[in-house]
Amino acid sequence: MSIQPDKPSGEVAKVSDPLPDPGLPAHTWRPTDVDEGLAKRAERQVAGFFAASAVFTVLFFVSYFVFKVGDDWDVTGGLGASTVALGLTLGLALLCIGVGIIQWARKLMTDQEIMEMRHPARSSDEDREASLAALNVGLEESGIARRPLIRNSLFGAIGVIALAPIVLLRDLGPTPSQVENEEEGLGLEHTIWKAGKRVVRDVVGTPIRAADLQIGDLVNAVPDGMFQLEGTELQVQKAKAAVIVVRMEPEEIVPGPGREDWSVEGIVCYSKICTHVGCPISLYERTTHHVLCPCHQSTFDLADSAKVVFGPAARELPQLPLSVDDEGFLVAQSDFTEPVGPSYWGRGQ
Amino acid sequence: MRFLNRSAGRLSRHRRTPLAGALVLVLGLLFTGGLYSAFSPGASAGETNTTAEDIQSGKELFINGCSFCHGQNGEGVLTASGDQYGPPLADVGAASVDFQVGTGRMPLVQPGQQAERKPPVYNEEETLQLAAYVDSLGTGPAIPDESNYTLPETNEDGTAFDKEAAISRGGQIFLTNCTACHNFDGQGGAMPRGGYAPTLRGVEPKYVYEALLTGPQSMPSFSNGNLAPDQKRDVIAYLEATDEQPSYGGFGLGSLGPVSEGIFAWIIGIGGLVGFAVWIAAHTTRSTRSKTSTAVDHGDLA
Repeated sequence: MSIQPDKPSGEVAKVSDPLPDPGLPAHTWRPTDVDEGLAKRAERQVAGFFAASAVFTVLFFVSYFVFKVGDDWDVTGGLGASTVALGLTLGLALLCIGVGIIQWARKLMTDQEIMEMRHPARSSDEDREASLAALNVGLEESGIARRPLIRNSLFGAIGVIALAPIVLLRDLGPTPSQVENEEEGLGLEHTIWKAGKRVVRDVVGTPIRAADLQIGDLVNAVPDGMFQLEGTELQVQKAKAAVIVVRMEPEEIVPGPGREDWSVEGIVCYSKICTHVGCPISLYERTTHHVLCPCHQSTFDLADSAKVVFGPAARELPQLPLSVDDEGFLVAQSDFTEPVGPSYWGRGQ
Repeated sequence: MRFLNRSAGRLSRHRRTPLAGALVLVLGLLFTGGLYSAFSPGASAGETNTTAEDIQSGKELFINGCSFCHGQNGEGVLTASGDQYGPPLADVGAASVDFQVGTGRMPLVQPGQQAERKPPVYNEEETLQLAAYVDSLGTGPAIPDESNYTLPETNEDGTAFDKEAAISRGGQIFLTNCTACHNFDGQGGAMPRGGYAPTLRGVEPKYVYEALLTGPQSMPSFSNGNLAPDQKRDVIAYLEATDEQPSYGGFGLGSLGPVSEGIFAWIIGIGGLVGFAVWIAAHTTRSTRSKTSTAVDHGDLA
């Protein structure tokens, strides 16, 4: 045993070589090491794989130019011929290089076991002293200890620079002016819905006549004038103002307090943006009046103020008060009475 | 007589063999099937042309096949607890019957969350008779004509109809209204409580149109006041166009997006690589011979 019982605890006596190092086992040679003919053959195999790789790369170039893409694709077996050929040739070219290298390493490169002892990570004492001396000379020559004005103003400048990324964080949230501009539908609290604005079908942009909808109908809709917007503004406004309109039997609706006149003959309108993390939802079941968000399975009951019946959403979908105009088309009574979409700091309950 | 007795005795000796049960079952099925084909109304229904006869034959079929759940006059059946057992059919219209019966969804095998598509029980003629009868019970959309779901060759003023524009318009409508349930590629998808939205791939245009019109089962309807007939036609044209389109990018793997592609990459791709690595490392050949002393000895390195 290497531990001496009469030593103070924590100290272990050094015993030279308690278990003798068995060393490496005797090396066994591979056939290619002992037979020059086999080695030559392996060499030809490796070169063959590399040559095959070059051939496949050339075929890759050929198939790039030969197969037609665009309006009139060449097709093979229900797949695009160009995609298949490019993928196969490039894949095989890479595979051949890989197989060649593996073959080279296993058959021809030496596989003799070698041992390398670990060297200490600590620098030598002379090196350490020389480095410290050089550092001290530098500090002395810069005069940082003798001239505190320079030192302190440098620290100050670095501190001010650190504020820059913090100021940029402001872009993550709404500014007060963005929140408050109701007229333009800006910010998180407002959309471009307004009193009297018609509800129009998404994509086609036609207004919806209340009498034309049947029980069980689902319409993905946007406010009138949405398609006059362009670019970022269109995306931002559509992301907030998109709604779903459904019609059910009027007696099936359980109107929330103060929402008795928000529906028109069983037609109700809710925000299409899930209140959990803002996925657009229109996965609606006419039999249960449930709308399900495919992202995290939040389920809302459209017959009962879109209350959450399942899933992680914390609030019901905001409801858009509906009425009809003189021509019988669906219009909004006002903007949403609460912000649409997911929660954010300062939203309130 | 003695021969009969003997053969009866021989039969009786085999009555407990495992095959006997199966044999009796097959004979019983053959017998019932024979009776059914002899007495079923479909077999005796002749070629009918007039609507009144259609309605009458439809009514007979209805009483036999549908009234257990939907009531003898299509008024629907409620369970003791007041739940709907079979919904009333007064105003569902011919299109609904043609869809439900034509795609085999009705008659249901058993009440449940999902009416599945299966080989239809009634033939085309019987389906039309059933549709004619149910249509006579009230209002409701009629079976669409082929012109409803086929792109025309020319506009009304005789100019050539722009099919490409209609297909791309249909694609936009599809992506807005249908993909939430039926997947961006129309492959269908999961619905709450064990239900699913069926695939739209390979579904006949007529049935897609009827499903849009009537909203079968949980599906919301897209009546003509909701989605104009021309827009429904464009959606169907888009579906047909993408049906015929080869998958240019390679195998679609069910068009389920990152789920199936991820499973493929992790199990087949990475799993294959790991398998190859193990195979490479496990197979090595060694010679029993050793090098002659004149050969270069790498042992110096050690």
